[in-house]
Amino acid sequence: MNVTRGFTGRPRVHHPGLPPGQYDAGDDWPVLSAEVTPDLAPADWTFRVDGLVGAPRTWDWDEAHALPGSAYEGDIHCVTSWSKFGVRFGGVSLDAFLAAVRPDASATHAVAYSHTGYTTNLPLSDLTGGRAWIAWEYDGKPLAAEHGGPARLLVPHLYFWKSAKWIAGLRLLDHDEPGFWEQNGYHARGNPWEEQRYAGD
Amino acid sequence: MTETFTPPTRFAVPGRIAVSNRAAALWQTATLTEIRRETPQAATFRFAVPAWAGHLPGQHLMLRLTADDGYTAQRHYSIASAPDDDGHVELTLDHVDGGEVSGWFHTRAEPGDEVQVRGPLSGFFAWPGDRPALLIGAGSGVVPLMSMVRHHRARGLDVPLRLLVSARGPEELIYAREYGAETTPVFTRSAPEGVPVGRLAACHLAPLLAEEPAGGWEAYVCGSNAFAEHASRLLVQAGQPVDRIRIERFG
Ligand SMILES: Cc1cc2nc3c(=O)[nH]c(=O)nc-3n(C[C@H](O)[C@H](O)[C@H](O)COP(=O)(O)OP(=O)(O)OC[C@H]3O[C@@H](n4cnc5c(N)ncnc54)[C@H](O)[C@@H]3O)c2cc1C
Repeated sequence: MNVTRGFTGRPRVHHPGLPPGQYDAGDDWPVLSAEVTPDLAPADWTFRVDGLVGAPRTWDWDEAHALPGSAYEGDIHCVTSWSKFGVRFGGVSLDAFLAAVRPDASATHAVAYSHTGYTTNLPLSDLTGGRAWIAWEYDGKPLAAEHGGPARLLVPHLYFWKSAKWIAGLRLLDHDEPGFWEQNGYHARGNPWEEQRYAGD
Repeated sequence: MTETFTPPTRFAVPGRIAVSNRAAALWQTATLTEIRRETPQAATFRFAVPAWAGHLPGQHLMLRLTADDGYTAQRHYSIASAPDDDGHVELTLDHVDGGEVSGWFHTRAEPGDEVQVRGPLSGFFAWPGDRPALLIGAGSGVVPLMSMVRHHRARGLDVPLRLLVSARGPEELIYAREYGAETTPVFTRSAPEGVPVGRLAACHLAPLLAEEPAGGWEAYVCGSNAFAEHASRLLVQAGQPVDRIRIERFG
């Protein structure tokens, strides 16, 4: 251990929900994206699932909202070290979209892409079983554009760069294909509990 | 064949360089060798990192402090120094009110102290010195941009480079003594005699975009999220292509 002389850190109570290396950002919700925030109206938003599926499909705003609603209440963790406890998102479980397209048995991974062209890769098993959402509400209000509104992917058990803002679609693949940050040195999976920040962690 | 769809990609800005995954994953000891005051709120911390793999201007690193009970705090910091500063890196930190890591640096750190760093990280905001660069920063957001300016000078590059830097007032302008003809400061609260006070606006960008070099500018925007939103919107409104804007937000 490399103790830093004179560093005690903030007075802290151990929070069991805080992954290693993270701190509680409290009411702050930092914005981290490398691109210009797009002007994307709900009427122009679409979400598509294709690739290794039986029936590729695109939903528009109203069609997506017609699916059964599903909420997430819990924590989120950003690779830049902040976590946020007890956040509430509203939207639709990704399971509802996937059921409609009938994934092939050979599909193991997905690339999520946004309306801006951002991409990130995920194992399919991280997107199913009630662990991922398309979210358009935060704290009961429409999701702000800088946080990915009108709609973003939400995969709260992984670092937040996986939860692509301005989500446009998922492509199912039979192999892993690194996305934007993963090509820039970030970890392929990004599990905060294992501190999978950078490739090689 | 399965039918697939490709979105009208406007972003998809490729990383400028490949990042060494080994360097990104490995913690190294950095020894503080010098502290230089820049403004009442900001100081530059110079470190010896003997096995530093080198970096490109614009990249950042991850810095970690460890308390004696094993508690750690880690934060990202942009690298201020030019790449040719062998075995050394410099960081410039704002003293954030109540800040855990910047607070330690500004109140406790002394030459000889050791911290851990890993990096350099992210090839996205890097500038190898190849394309004309229009740099726009506010507050400590000028740090990675200064690395670019220093690199440009140290190597005697002739690729066009311009810097717009916003600060509350002249006394809060980081690196004030180092700027040359490439730099236009913008003061938002107080300014020297004869210099207007006001927020970064279209009128500051217009002359720079009007003198656009062949192949166009690559814009690098850095600062708080509020500043990054404001500056990137101004750029888009002034006609700068979205896929030629790189943004580093400090949170
Ligand atoms: C890519 C990147 C590059 C960066 N480069 C630079 C740079 O070059 N220079 C620079 O100065 N910064 C830079 N930053 C910002 C930097 O990473 C830190 O966020 C900043 O130094 C603040 O860290 P801190 O530990 O001092 O403050 P923190 O402890 O993180 O506090 C931040 C704010 O939250 C409040 N706060 C949070 N939790 C508590 C609590 N429990 N109790 C009381 N108050 C609390 C603090 O009062 C403060 O206002 C960069 C960020 C990124 C993402």
